[in-house]
Amino acid sequence: MLEFKNISKSYEGQEALKDISFDVKKGELFGLIGPDGAGKSTLFRILTTVLLADNGTALFNGHDVVDDYKYVRKNVGYMPGKFSLYQDLSVKENLNFFATIFGTSIKENYDLIKDIYQQLEPFENRRAGALSGGMKQKLALSCALIHKPMVLVLDEPTFGVDAVSRKEFWDMLKSLKAKGVTIIVSTPYMDEASLCDRVALIQKGKILQIDTPKGITDSFEKILYTIKTNKIYESLKVLNDIPEVSNAFSFGQIIHVYAENELNIEKVNNILRENGIEDPKIELGEATIEDCFMDLMVSQNLEEDGVAE
Amino acid sequence: MKQFFAFIKKEFYHIFRDQRTLLVLFGMPIAQLLLFGYAITTEVSNANIAVFNQSPGQFSNQLINELKSSDFFRVSANVHSKEELEKVFRTDQAKIAIVIPPKFEEGFYNREAQIQLIADGSDPNLATILSSSANAIIMKWMMKKSGNALPVESITTGVRWHYNPSLKSVLMFVPGVITIILMLVSAMLTSISIAREKELGTIEILFVSPLKPGIIIIGKVVPFIILSIFNAVFILVMAWIIFDIPVNGSIVLLLLESLLFIITALSLGVLISTVSNSQQMALMLSLFGLMLPVILLSGFIFPISNMPLPLQVISNIIPAKFYLIIIKGIMLKGVGIMYIWKETLVLVFMSVLMIVLSIKKFKIRLQ
Repeated sequence: MLEFKNISKSYEGQEALKDISFDVKKGELFGLIGPDGAGKSTLFRILTTVLLADNGTALFNGHDVVDDYKYVRKNVGYMPGKFSLYQDLSVKENLNFFATIFGTSIKENYDLIKDIYQQLEPFENRRAGALSGGMKQKLALSCALIHKPMVLVLDEPTFGVDAVSRKEFWDMLKSLKAKGVTIIVSTPYMDEASLCDRVALIQKGKILQIDTPKGITDSFEKILYTIKTNKIYESLKVLNDIPEVSNAFSFGQIIHVYAENELNIEKVNNILRENGIEDPKIELGEATIEDCFMDLMVSQNLEEDGVAE
Repeated sequence: MKQFFAFIKKEFYHIFRDQRTLLVLFGMPIAQLLLFGYAITTEVSNANIAVFNQSPGQFSNQLINELKSSDFFRVSANVHSKEELEKVFRTDQAKIAIVIPPKFEEGFYNREAQIQLIADGSDPNLATILSSSANAIIMKWMMKKSGNALPVESITTGVRWHYNPSLKSVLMFVPGVITIILMLVSAMLTSISIAREKELGTIEILFVSPLKPGIIIIGKVVPFIILSIFNAVFILVMAWIIFDIPVNGSIVLLLLESLLFIITALSLGVLISTVSNSQQMALMLSLFGLMLPVILLSGFIFPISNMPLPLQVISNIIPAKFYLIIIKGIMLKGVGIMYIWKETLVLVFMSVLMIVLSIKKFKIRLQ
C-alpha cells in the first residue's frame, strides 16, 4: 500500500531523514516509533504530499506522491501532530466542513465513524477549542476518517493524552483496522509499539529496525536484569562502572541492566551494597521494545562517534 | 461548488466569532469617521480673541460686537495695556488679539483708520486661519459701514471654494476614511486570516484535501469583498446622515470603483500572507507596509504636490493614491468615468499584477 524508497530530507543543512526505505502492506497497522525529532513528522508530511523529499520516492497505492499528489490527497486521511481543527467551530461544524470539502456527508460515511463519534455527540455544539485532549483527538480522528480514506496517517495521535483515552484510542484503531483501513501511526510511547502489527524504530532520521513487535523483542541478544532500588541515580552510576554491564537505564522506579553474558548476581549485589545502596532486588527480565530501542540507540550513537573520530 | 460554499460558510463563522475581527470591521469605521469628522478638524470655531480697545466709542464697539457675533470668535479677554496683552498670549488665553489704536474713531471719518491684529505664531497654520478670518470679518463690517459702496481705489478679491464652499474638513476626510478602511479591512484581515491557518496548522489539512489552492484563496477573499462593500456603503450612509455629505456623482460608479480598489487591496493581502507565517507578522507587515503609506503618501493628509520629488515618485506605487483621486472626483466633484479612467486603469493594472504574483507565490505545499 505504501512504499518508501531511499527518502532523504534535510532542513537548512540538518539531515532530518537519511535514506529511509520500507513499505506498509494493505490493511496493516504500522507503527513508527521514535523520540521527538527523530523525523517521524517529516516522513508523514512527505507521504501526505505537503513536503517534498530531497531524494527518493514514495508510492501511495502505486501512485507517486509528487507527480500524483491529487490522488493521494483524495485518498489519505491525515491527522497532523498538532491539533489542527478549527477551534472556533463546533464539533459538528468541523465534521461537516471536512465532510463537505471531501465531497461527502456525515450521513454517507457515518458507520465508519459511528463508534468514535457517538462519544462526541453529547458535545456536538461545543466549540472544538473547549474540548478535553482526548475528545479533541477523537474529533480529529473522525474528521480524518469522514471521507473513508484508504490509508490513515496519524502523527503522534496520543501525545499528551491521558492513559484511559490512549487505551480507548488504540481500541478504535484496532476496530478501524478490522474494517480494512491501512493505518500508519507514529508515537513516542514505546508501550504502544506492541499494539501494532509491525513497527519501525526510528532515531535521528535513520531506521534502526523494522519487524513485528515480537520479532524486535526476540532479536534482543543481550541478557536483561531488572533492579529495584530506591536510589536510582546512585545505582546507575555504580552499575555503569561494572565492566560486564553493557548499559544500565532507569525505567521509572526500576533499573534495566543489559549484559552480553550472564552476570554474577551475587557479585553485583555486593558491589551495590558496598556503595551504600541498600537492599537491591535483582531479577532476570524480559526485554521490551523500549529496551531494544535503547540498546540500538546506544550502538547507533557509538557508530556515529566512531565516524566522527 | 458545494465545497466552495462550505469554505465560505466556515470563513463567516471565523469572522463573526472573533471579537477582534469584528471590532476592526465595524468599530473602526465608526471611530475613524467620528474622529476625523469631529476631533481632527482644521475648521475654526469659537477661537479665543483678546481685545485691546484704546479708543472706546461707537464704531469700535460695533466692530467688536461684529467679531463676537460671528461663530469664529469668542472674546476671552479685554486688556488695557501692552503688558497685559503680552500676558494673555503667554498664558494662552487667546491665540489672536485685535488692537484698536487711540485715534480709531477719529480716523474712521477721514478714511485713515488703522487696526492691528496680533496672532500667536507658534502654530503658524492656526495663526494664518485666525488672522484671515478676522480680516474677513473686519472687511465685511467696513463694507456695511460704507453702504456697500466700496472705496474706488481699493480692489478686493472674492474667493470662492469650489466643491467645498464652506471648507468643511470632514468633506475631505470621508473619502480618506473610506480609503483607509477598505485598505485595512481588505488587506489586513485577509492576510491575517490566511496566516492564522498557517499558524494553527490547519492549512496542513487543507492542503491534504482535494481543495484546489485557487478555491482556498477565493474562499478566503470573497467574505471580505462582501463585508468591505457593505462597509463602504455603511460609511457613505453615515457620512450622509451625520455630516450631511452627499455623493455628487454616480453611486453605481462609486461602488464599482470601490469594488476594484477592494480587489486591489485583497490581492495585496494575499501577497502579504504568502510571505508571512504568523498572524503577528501579517499584522506588522500590513500595518507598516500599508497603513502608514496609505495615510502619509496617498494625499489623504498631506498634498502630494507639496512633497519632495522622491516621495512624489514613491506615491505612484500606492494604490490608495489613485483610489483617493477617484473617490474624491465622484463624491465631491460629481465627475463621470471620462475624468477618472486613467486612475481606474492604474488600479486594474496593479490588481492584475498582484493577483498573478500571489498565485505564483501561493504554494500547494508547506515549503
